[in-house]
Amino acid sequence: MQTLGIILDHYSYVITIFLMMSGLYIVAARGNMVKKLVGLSIFQTSVYLLYIEPAKILGGTAPILDPAFSVYSNPLPHVLILTAIVVGVATLALGLALAVRINEAYGTIEEDEIFERDRET
Amino acid sequence: MTAVLSPESALALALLTPFVGASVLPLFHDRPNLREAVTLVTAASLCFIVLQLLGPLQHGARPEIDIIEIVPGLAVAFKVEPLGMLFGLVASSLWFVNSIYSIGYMRGNDEPRQTTFYVCFAVAIGSAIGIAFAKNLFTLFLFYEALTLSTYPLVTHKRNEEAIRAGRTYLIFLLGTSLLLLLPAIIATWVFAGTLDFKPGGILPASLGAATIAALLALYVFGIGKAAVMPLHFWLPAAMVAPTPVSALLHAVAVVKAGVFSILKVAVLVFGIDTLSSTGQATWLTVVAGVTIILASVIALRQDNLKRRLAYSTISQLSYIVLGVAVLAPISVTGAAMHIAAHAFSKITLFFAAGSIYTAAHLTQVSQLDGIGRRMPWTMGAFTIGALGMIGVPPTAGFLGKWFILGGAMQTANWLAVAVIFVSTLLNAGYFLPIVYRAFFCDSVDDGHDKHSGEAPWPIVVALTVTAAGTVLMFFLPDVPFSLAKLISGR
Amino acid sequence: MNAVWAHLPILIVLVPLFGALLAGFARRADPAFAIALVVSWVIPFCAGAMLWQVLASGPISYHLGSWAPPWGIEYRVDALNAFVLMLVSMIGAVTMPFARRSVGFEIEEGQRPWFYCMYLLCLTGLLGIAVTGDAFNAFVFLEISSLSTYVLIALGRDRRALLAAFQYLIMGTIGATFYVVGVGLLYLMTGSLNMVDIAARLGPAWADNSRTIIAALAFVTVGVSLKLALFPLHVWLPNAYSYAPSWATAFLSATATKVAIYLLVRFLFSIFGVAIDLRALPVAAIIIGLSLAAMYIASLIAVFQSSLSRMLAYSSVAQIGYITLGIGFVNLAGLTGGLVHIVNHALMKAALFLAVGAVFFRARTVQLDDLAGIGRKMPITMTAFTVACFGLIGTPGTSGFISKWYLALGAIERGWWLVVFLIVGSSLIALIYVGRVLEIAWLREPSAAVAEARDPPLSMLAPLVLLAAATIYFGFDTEWTAGIASTTAKGLLGGLR
Repeated sequence: MQTLGIILDHYSYVITIFLMMSGLYIVAARGNMVKKLVGLSIFQTSVYLLYIEPAKILGGTAPILDPAFSVYSNPLPHVLILTAIVVGVATLALGLALAVRINEAYGTIEEDEIFERDRET
Repeated sequence: MTAVLSPESALALALLTPFVGASVLPLFHDRPNLREAVTLVTAASLCFIVLQLLGPLQHGARPEIDIIEIVPGLAVAFKVEPLGMLFGLVASSLWFVNSIYSIGYMRGNDEPRQTTFYVCFAVAIGSAIGIAFAKNLFTLFLFYEALTLSTYPLVTHKRNEEAIRAGRTYLIFLLGTSLLLLLPAIIATWVFAGTLDFKPGGILPASLGAATIAALLALYVFGIGKAAVMPLHFWLPAAMVAPTPVSALLHAVAVVKAGVFSILKVAVLVFGIDTLSSTGQATWLTVVAGVTIILASVIALRQDNLKRRLAYSTISQLSYIVLGVAVLAPISVTGAAMHIAAHAFSKITLFFAAGSIYTAAHLTQVSQLDGIGRRMPWTMGAFTIGALGMIGVPPTAGFLGKWFILGGAMQTANWLAVAVIFVSTLLNAGYFLPIVYRAFFCDSVDDGHDKHSGEAPWPIVVALTVTAAGTVLMFFLPDVPFSLAKLISGR
Repeated sequence: MNAVWAHLPILIVLVPLFGALLAGFARRADPAFAIALVVSWVIPFCAGAMLWQVLASGPISYHLGSWAPPWGIEYRVDALNAFVLMLVSMIGAVTMPFARRSVGFEIEEGQRPWFYCMYLLCLTGLLGIAVTGDAFNAFVFLEISSLSTYVLIALGRDRRALLAAFQYLIMGTIGATFYVVGVGLLYLMTGSLNMVDIAARLGPAWADNSRTIIAALAFVTVGVSLKLALFPLHVWLPNAYSYAPSWATAFLSATATKVAIYLLVRFLFSIFGVAIDLRALPVAAIIIGLSLAAMYIASLIAVFQSSLSRMLAYSSVAQIGYITLGIGFVNLAGLTGGLVHIVNHALMKAALFLAVGAVFFRARTVQLDDLAGIGRKMPITMTAFTVACFGLIGTPGTSGFISKWYLALGAIERGWWLVVFLIVGSSLIALIYVGRVLEIAWLREPSAAVAEARDPPLSMLAPLVLLAAATIYFGFDTEWTAGIASTTAKGLLGGLR
């Protein structure tokens, strides 16, 4: 009962960890390069959540100095994650570009087939 | 002798000369006569320069040069002391004789890659001089490794499968033992003593305890693989694939003597004879040396290849020097130092003779040598003198070394050592005298070999005559080596 | 002049960044190369000036946009980063002339300007990681250098390079993400991203949240260890190094892993070590165990490689083990040994990989079986290679010996005699894999593949010979290697809790 309480209190972290693990699992378990990249993106996305969750305060606004608002969300993690998203997009783009080039060079993006073709030559 | 050079500049020059020679040699790649002249001039100047150091040394001077301290404890520095002087003198004087011999041998056998050969040879001698005059363990270690690396191309000179395999054994045994055992020993010495400088009486505190001293001594004795103490001797017979001048000077004198020289130096100037005897840890060293002497002699008895027989004889003779240390009497240390010089002259003579036979008659096996003495009287005459030196029969220098080691063993009532010396002398006679007998008293069997060959080319004959004469002369005029050897043990 | 002087910490990042932009616009190989060369030769002056300043008057703190730390981003240069900046920029400067011919030979014309563009971006990232005092900023630079490295590797000479780049992309991104998770946890605990500030706030937070902080430590360590190829997180490295363009391999092997090691040292000694007692945690024991495993297992794998570049790649994994071993000792001699080996290994490996590049340039192969007798055809190249190999074994008279000496002293200081023997023992395996190559190169009859080979042109030969000579030089004069390493190590250990 107590454990369940802890899980419910921290449900956002549970989701983060679930996404993180699913992402890692997909990267490790899938031989298809596009699927690997999907997993990698999920993995990276979970980190965005890790940063954003504690920064967002319920009812808080953007930190604008105005007497009307007294509760602010922390802007810094949002900014950091904006940067991280850019990095993530760049990584994904490069990964997909490599997948395209690999497809051109090998005619497949399945890892085991690629290994086989390398072994043949 | 009037000194032309100040001792310090003589020391610096002695260290530089071989390397200068080595760097000049490739310029004369296409002009063999000039190239050989450079080798001879370099060797002669080195010998002359080293001799310049002898006088000041006997008058108590100890010239030294500090080059650089790399990090605390690791300094490149040189200092002349009696033992190093003895080794340096032997190496440099025999290099000159050996160079004459090399010219005859390399040309007589039409060997390839002669420039590389002479360059590596000069570097090897330079490294040996560096070992001889090292002021501390690091400098010794530095040149010890340089000697291994510079002799590797000489061992693999033939570049056939056998030579390459031998080269592998050579490197793994010599570099391997030094990196795996000698280096930790040096590091431990630095940690325990706070210095790596050689000092009379030793630098290791006696308070270390018997077990530590014993472990450290073992690391040194087995780490200095060049001393070929069993079971780390396999590289020496393997190295016999090299051209004979290499086997003669490097693997009977410079390299192996660098090994026993290092052991002697470490025992006397790092541990200190007193520390060793007070902790009583040299007993096992006596056993190891004794076993090596006897076992190597027995193996030598069974070798038909002449150079391999000589190699096993070298292994056995080297351990005489280790035995001289293990006996721990000052007189036996003197004997050990004497034996470095005596064995050098005798063994180089034997190798010269072996190479001479190979060049003139293309024979390599003992069983083929019937009657060879009648066709090659100079060669086999020198061989006989060298063999007598090995056995220790007067009037050869070999007698002196053995005599002092034996004296020390008697003094300390080390009966094991006494027994080893007696048995091994019989064994020595057992594997050398039959060769002499065959050469002079057996009729040659007609087995298709050329029976009309005469003596080898004259440079070879000159060289082996000189060293044979040296073997005898040193018996009658032992002043120089003896005075130096006495200075070592301090009595 | 003064204006430039005050802005050196940011200039060292901006100069290559704008250089990359220009090189990208250049569109042709030669102007792009010229830009890369100029940038590579300017950067060492910036790094040198900062090193001099740091040694003379202590750490430099530069406030980006004049925002005061810990709110703004601070670039903070102390002896440790100045040392790393100097190393990275010098390697770039020395090896750059080699690139023109080598890149011209291995990479298609249209891709060459992009190669230089990517190199400059990579340089930006590496220098940025070293110069910044902000943990998240370090992540951004880590990704800049990583992304450009993936491209550099993908430009390699055959299709396996693409696969190697992809595999590295996956592994590298996982590593960087682990790092950013760790930094996120630290931010949760301290509310700061400034490294000095984190270190100050972490101590008080330890009492209540030790579990989160240990998790942060684990994430950062694993993430960075992936980038520095600590065994067994090295699997990306052999493929990446064997299939990347030769020059890129030489540059990356000497700098990329080294900068990651810097980041590890920074986190362990300047952040976690300052705040909490790391000796109570098994961090050092784990690092030492993995380092020893790297030294032996990777070396043994190297013995059985049939490709020269692959053999050297595994040797890199083993040599990185030496560096992390010294870090794991957490004492003056050990840390000095680890830090000095960063430099010594960088110089040797750069020389070795450049030699491999030169061999490929002339013989078009790096398969050991094809390289019989190459020493006689390319004597200067192979002599430099041989000298660097001696450094790898650690024979006295080479810089490798100095590293080994300090590492052994570090082990003895801990009382671990067995480790001393393990350290010297692993150089025996190096002797075997190196000896195997030297034997083939020098003693075998020249094969058909190398019949036409000869030493490469001067622009390739000079960097190679210079680096090989440095291997010898730093075996005797250690003021700029062990001297600075020891000062740095003293500073780092002095700050430990």
